[in-house]
Amino acid sequence: MDPIIILQAGVASGTVLLFATLGEVFAERSGVMNLGVEGMMLIGAMTAFSVTSATGNPWLGILVAMIFAGIISQIHAFIVITLQADQVVSGLALTFLGTGISLVLGEGLSKAGTVSLMPNFSIPLLTQIPILGPIFFTNQSVLVYIGYLMVPLAWYYINRTRPGLHLRAVGEYPSAADALGINVFRMRYMYVFVGGMLAGLGGGTLSLAVAPGWFSELTTGGQGWIAVGLVIFAQWDPVRAAIGSYAFGALRRLILDIQGPLLLFGFDNPFYYNPYLGFFLQMLPYAFTVIVLVIGSREAIRKRIGAPAALGNPYIRGERGK
Amino acid sequence: MTESILKKRRGAWRIKLEPRLDEPPAWFPAAVSMGAIVVALILGGVIIALVGGNPFLSYIHIARASFGDVGVLSDTIVKATPIILAALACSIAFRMKLWNIGAEGQFIMGAFGASAVVLAPIVPAEASRWLFIPVMAMAGMAAGAVWGFIPGYLKAKFNVNEIISTLMMNYIAVAWINFWIFGVWSEGGFQMSPKFPEAAWLPRLSEYAKAIPFFRGLTTHGGLILGVLAAVVLWFIVYRSRWGYEIRLIGDNPHAAKYAGISITRNTIWVMMLSGALAGLGGMSEVSGVVHRLQTAPIAAGYGFTGIIVAWLAKLNPLVIILVSILFGALILAGREIQPSGIPKMIQGIILVCLIASDFLLRYRVTLARADVEE
Repeated sequence: MDPIIILQAGVASGTVLLFATLGEVFAERSGVMNLGVEGMMLIGAMTAFSVTSATGNPWLGILVAMIFAGIISQIHAFIVITLQADQVVSGLALTFLGTGISLVLGEGLSKAGTVSLMPNFSIPLLTQIPILGPIFFTNQSVLVYIGYLMVPLAWYYINRTRPGLHLRAVGEYPSAADALGINVFRMRYMYVFVGGMLAGLGGGTLSLAVAPGWFSELTTGGQGWIAVGLVIFAQWDPVRAAIGSYAFGALRRLILDIQGPLLLFGFDNPFYYNPYLGFFLQMLPYAFTVIVLVIGSREAIRKRIGAPAALGNPYIRGERGK
Repeated sequence: MTESILKKRRGAWRIKLEPRLDEPPAWFPAAVSMGAIVVALILGGVIIALVGGNPFLSYIHIARASFGDVGVLSDTIVKATPIILAALACSIAFRMKLWNIGAEGQFIMGAFGASAVVLAPIVPAEASRWLFIPVMAMAGMAAGAVWGFIPGYLKAKFNVNEIISTLMMNYIAVAWINFWIFGVWSEGGFQMSPKFPEAAWLPRLSEYAKAIPFFRGLTTHGGLILGVLAAVVLWFIVYRSRWGYEIRLIGDNPHAAKYAGISITRNTIWVMMLSGALAGLGGMSEVSGVVHRLQTAPIAAGYGFTGIIVAWLAKLNPLVIILVSILFGALILAGREIQPSGIPKMIQGIILVCLIASDFLLRYRVTLARADVEE
């Protein structure tokens, strides 16, 4: 029950959520809501583990996982961008499809034994920083460090670059963007693909770093859905997405560790003496997601900020408004 | 006005798309749905072949293992029963464009509510079936309605995205019944509650085999009657009642509904509760008609998720849901023996994807035209 260890492991497990959430931020900023994150993460986790187990190269595993999840995301893109179908239903269908495909292709993979994982290392110097050093920079997976880099890059890209401006324009006011010569359809396809790749990276982070292995649907256990919820909490901002993801990662870790010690704050630990109470702890991440949504929604109403204006609407050339 | 979105050049030919201005003929949507299923089965077959299976044998196996004789047909109907109720639950919420993805959790809570009647116990063990079954059904519906009320209230008051909240409630429901199954009602440390007394079982056809020998060994139970009854009642609510009209209006045009003085807040909460109650009745039917005890795996088996696909495939029509549920019951029943075991789930996913894609054909007229003729 060392808080440093919990936070250190929490950052690692939060990285999974971070990648998936960032990916969904990109897709939703372009105006496409993709509820298939859970399915794409499963595809990513299965592919990364499977390829690594076959080739022994975890980097190749992660790469193929990202590409495969990206390709799967294009099914959703085609249905909602070109065929203009309802994004909610199509995203759900993608989760079903991704789950089904990963179960079929991952058959027997749970018995594959151990594979080589993504490397862990400490950053020299930075690890000396009190508190922050051990939490963030000591013996973390290379993917965790990639996550640190990705947050400011994503923020900068969205808010300070020209392609980022186009991305926001497409999500807020596609017909105006179109009039300026931005290809709305191509942009949306592209960012759904980015979202798929990042969800695949999140899945790969699970199966090759945070919780190595393939445990069919239990591999993700609803983390893709938590990521979709975090996007709303994050108000479509990468930095807030990172805060939310790491907080949730730490919570997941705390739930595991709190059942260990005999004493908790000097009292008998109820979770140790009655392990069935652990089921209530298991509810916490999901209950917190709902609470976070309540807070996020209220704040969004109060500040009048929130979803990209065109989120969820197909863009139909020549139609007025939107 | 012609509007081209997909311009695929194939030599001199190209696909031309025009928005449909007129309603397509009545048979057309059904034909498109059937076409989508056929395409989905072909795609599924290709994937089965790719992973080294034989798609023809798989499909023949599914057909034979689910419709081959009266016995398996009865088992198919047993599998279809919880799907009917879960799909009805989804259909009424979807009708209002409320994306209740939580039928699974509401189903589980329904099973919990019904089980609590026996295990708490609320009704003494020596009571008759006439007391047990109605009380269990009410408790199941009440528990499901509570589980639907929470996301409904959050949606109505705080505008909380119901897709995510209902999904989170699914996971919470599983942890909740696990607590009771493992901790409180565990039978000798096993991960299941004690078996219910027979008075708490929904009657099966096989019980009447003495009077009607044909029924020997048939497992179809009274839950089917609950499901069909619920479908008929729901059909009347949706198509013949004022409330149903309000629900449909909100779904089609919330602004118009608002100006007509219909309360979206109140309807959101009521519809989510009705949806939860229907799914809860499904859970009661499963626990009382099939499992006869509270146990996680057979209760949280994904009926709530299959219900989403079935409701969509049936175009939210309660009576069509009964037929579609039987098809999916067959898929699930036969799928248990198919390897790899993920195939039924994958085929469900492919069917749903194809269905959603096929809706395009209802909105656009697709014709093949010579490019030079048009320009």
